[in-house]
Amino acid sequence: MSTERPVISCKNVWKLFGADPEKYLAKMSSDMSFDDMREDGYIAGVKDVSLDVFKGEMLVIMGLSGSGKSTLVRCFSRLHEITGGTIEVDGQDIMSLPEKDLIDLRRSKMGMVFQSFGLLPHRSVLDNVAFPLEMRGQDKHTRRARALEVIKLVGLEGREEYFPRELSGGQQQRVGIARSLAIEPDIWFLDEPFSALDPLIRREMQDEFLRLQQLLNKTIVFITHDFDEALRLADRIAIMKDGAVEQCDTPDQIVLHPATEYVRKFTEDIDKARVVHAGVLAKADQPGTGDPVDTGMTVHKLARLLVNDKRDFIPVTRDGASIGAMSRSEALDILLGAE
Amino acid sequence: MVAIPSVTRTPMTRNRTAIWLLGIAIVLTILQYSGVLPAWLHRIPDAMIPPAAIWLDVFFNFVKDDLGLLKFTRFLTAGLENVLDTSGNIFYGKRRWPNLGPIPWTAIAGVAVVVGYYLGGWRLAVLGGGTFIWTALIGQWKIAMETMSVLVVAAPLAFVIGLSLGIAAWKYAWVDKTIKPVLSVLQTLPFFTYLLPAVIFFKVGPTAGAVATTIYAIPPMILMTTLGLQKVSPEVVEAGKMSGCSKFQMLRHVYIPSARTEILVGVNQVIMLCLAMVVLTAFIGMPGLGAKLLAMMGSFKLGRSFEIGVTIVLLAVTLDRMSKAWVVKQPEHFEKGTSWVNRHKTLVLAIAVFIGFTLLSFVLPIAGTIGRGQDFSQGKELDNLIKGFLAIDIVQSITYGIRYFLNVWILNPFRDFMLSIPTPAMIMVVAAFAVWLGGKREGVIAVIFFGLVALSGWWDRSIITLYSVLAAVSIAMLLGIPIGVLAARSDKWSQRVLLACDTAQTFPSFIYLIPAIMLFGITATAVVGSILIFAMVPLIRYTIEGLRTVPPEMTEAADMAGATRMQKLVNVQLPLALPTMAVGFNQAIMFAFFMVIIAAFIGTQDLGQELQRTLAGTDLGKNFVLGICVSLMALTFDLVIMKWAADKKKALGLP
Ligand SMILES: Nc1ncnc2c1ncn2[C@@H]1O[C@H](COP(=O)(O)OP(=O)(O)OP(=O)(O)O)[C@@H](O)[C@H]1O
Ligand SMILES: [Mg+2]
Repeated sequence: MSTERPVISCKNVWKLFGADPEKYLAKMSSDMSFDDMREDGYIAGVKDVSLDVFKGEMLVIMGLSGSGKSTLVRCFSRLHEITGGTIEVDGQDIMSLPEKDLIDLRRSKMGMVFQSFGLLPHRSVLDNVAFPLEMRGQDKHTRRARALEVIKLVGLEGREEYFPRELSGGQQQRVGIARSLAIEPDIWFLDEPFSALDPLIRREMQDEFLRLQQLLNKTIVFITHDFDEALRLADRIAIMKDGAVEQCDTPDQIVLHPATEYVRKFTEDIDKARVVHAGVLAKADQPGTGDPVDTGMTVHKLARLLVNDKRDFIPVTRDGASIGAMSRSEALDILLGAE
Repeated sequence: MVAIPSVTRTPMTRNRTAIWLLGIAIVLTILQYSGVLPAWLHRIPDAMIPPAAIWLDVFFNFVKDDLGLLKFTRFLTAGLENVLDTSGNIFYGKRRWPNLGPIPWTAIAGVAVVVGYYLGGWRLAVLGGGTFIWTALIGQWKIAMETMSVLVVAAPLAFVIGLSLGIAAWKYAWVDKTIKPVLSVLQTLPFFTYLLPAVIFFKVGPTAGAVATTIYAIPPMILMTTLGLQKVSPEVVEAGKMSGCSKFQMLRHVYIPSARTEILVGVNQVIMLCLAMVVLTAFIGMPGLGAKLLAMMGSFKLGRSFEIGVTIVLLAVTLDRMSKAWVVKQPEHFEKGTSWVNRHKTLVLAIAVFIGFTLLSFVLPIAGTIGRGQDFSQGKELDNLIKGFLAIDIVQSITYGIRYFLNVWILNPFRDFMLSIPTPAMIMVVAAFAVWLGGKREGVIAVIFFGLVALSGWWDRSIITLYSVLAAVSIAMLLGIPIGVLAARSDKWSQRVLLACDTAQTFPSFIYLIPAIMLFGITATAVVGSILIFAMVPLIRYTIEGLRTVPPEMTEAADMAGATRMQKLVNVQLPLALPTMAVGFNQAIMFAFFMVIIAAFIGTQDLGQELQRTLAGTDLGKNFVLGICVSLMALTFDLVIMKWAADKKKALGLP
């Protein structure tokens, strides 16, 4: 997937909050830290971020509260005007788009689920979900049918006529999800979309998005605080701190080779065995012998084999073809949590 | 605690300036009393007073004749007149297109019941129905409908204009910047300044009344709209953007519906201000409840005045409660499969009731209009009753006693004293007050504003106005603050008194003249009396609110320190409540300035009297000068007191 042109490509993106951010950014020396800027009265929501998101990819953004996750995603959809850098969506510089084209882009390509839902208080569930369709000018009958369909999908059947005020937090969140599902956008921004859901529905929703992503090749940028969720969904994870992206890589690489001390700390408590796949450990120059394992197996899933097997190198295959072999002792180290 | 030095330091130098100013003022006054002060220092010589009224007249004449504004407004008038005629036809049967009216009173009362029930259950249904039934039965249907027919035109007009301007001010910073100062001046302008321009540009009668009423009601609508739009949650806005809303869709589907609450609060204020003003437009010849009340009070027919007063109060309370109920009414879902009729029950029912009663009135004329002699008015009897009561020796001696005491011992000496103070000394006293409470800037403003008043040539009358205001507000404080303090002691009483204050504030100011006249006849005491009642309302209200919102941990701290109730009140609660109480005090003063002009109807010697006289002629320039004098004095108090309250709040760390 990395050979194609990225769907979203941002280069040296800055978003500063403060009195006159453009001027401040222009005059600022390059080694200013987040705290230095704060002392001058500016908050670096996004700090010099360069990142590509590819078609059909699910990029998960993680980081502590206030690290700039929501801000970054808002820059992608130009809900924020960025202070510096460029953002291209499908090769188009979105910062230079005129108002009309921007509206078209959002109508035709983008969808977003908001952290605190952003429901229109005066509209019923049905009308909230149908809202984007209405804005696109779809006729009443079609949009109603479509809205009912997705409302059913998120399990809110029978509450179509309720108003947001009459729903629980989790139900409101599902309305927000349904609203973005209704239009099936190509690019999806999900800002902690499942935070208020119970584990059962949460899993169902995750599956639904995975299904859509794989089936329809959707591009998804997903924010979450939940590592398990990130691991389940992510093709790549970006970890943010103070507005900057500390590392953006596959889950395996992030736990195996944290780029900074911060990322190491951040991922410290994760059970690496559940994250690392055989494919990552496979060394191409090692042939190995005996029964191979599939590249997609996690070390955790191979635990029994690793403990019982006596081979030093175990061959790894992708779709039946060999891609090398992994060292059993290395895998065992990961399994046992040895440093 | 770091803030303490700066907080205590500034008043020191301020105090010194204030004392200096006061000192000079006292010296000047003493000189005046000992007769050595030159006359030109006592009052500005007439020769030095610029003929502002004449300049203004020239200016207005230029605008209306040379710029053709008069033609333009008269052109507008034609349109507005048509609308008013139509609503007049529908409500009270004026013989004009569409020749449908008048609507049977039973139909209106019935619809009021349905709407009342929809908005607020049985209580509002009874209130709404009862108001209209009372109005019809007491024989005031026609005049009440004359008033309503203007209201239903002016209020929507004010709503639309206010909403549009509010949106513009929210959207474009430059509109906001231009509108803001205009609004703050408009809100302190006495209502009379609205009336005369309306008369001049729109001819005497309902049209001018409707215009004045509309303009008067616009400012709060603008403010509430802007406030509501600014408060829409950013995520809702972003959700709208991501849904691909165009600018217009954004406004139509996202902003305005989300700002519903504030906008409806604006609607409530528009309705109430319209009602208040439409009653007052009696002064420029608008027929209706106000005009009738004016006539009845003028001929001292207390019984009828009282009945009309009750009608106005009932109408005000009904309109206020209903529109407030609308504010809090949130949409509720219907079960799936609810039929159209059930979804629109209120609408269907209202139409059914309306048609039903209209048909009934064909068969039974009394259900349509209550004719002469069919009503239950007890005007005469009430009149005799009230006058009989007032004629009882004890009552008479009490009212006479109060009147005598107030006039001879308090009011007149106070007034004469204020008049004896030389102009510059008076300005310095005001400046001292402003510097002491507000600061240097406020002091300078006070000097400029009162200087302008002095230059207007209406100094003596302004001072009499000021005296009425100060006298009435002082007495109102003596009565109102203890009432507030007492009421604040228990939850139950706070609520009751606050409700009473809320209700009283919805009455058109005119109403306050009725009890004052009843008690004191048409005298200067009645003026002070009516201002007193009117000004007491905000005083009581904010005293209670101030005391009730003192953070509990502070009173608890006092309790723990073993303070008695009185100590707690004096040392903890009152100081903390003071900034809020100052807001009430400010409002009391504003109300008083407002009332003093209405009360001029009873016969006073202040600016109000002159203002009313300008209405008879068409002295637009003089009307403006007088209006601005009142406005400048009111603005000075407003600025100083609000600044003080804000400073104090900040120093106390209150929100
Ligand atoms: N509109 C704004 N004006 C000023 N500062 C802002 C604004 N929006 C965000 N910030 C600041 O930018 C920083 C990043 O905020 P952001 O909402 O992106 O955090 P987040 O990573 O999404 O946190 P959370 O996990 O709590 O949602 C915060 O310090 C916040 O205070
Ligand atoms: Mg966030």
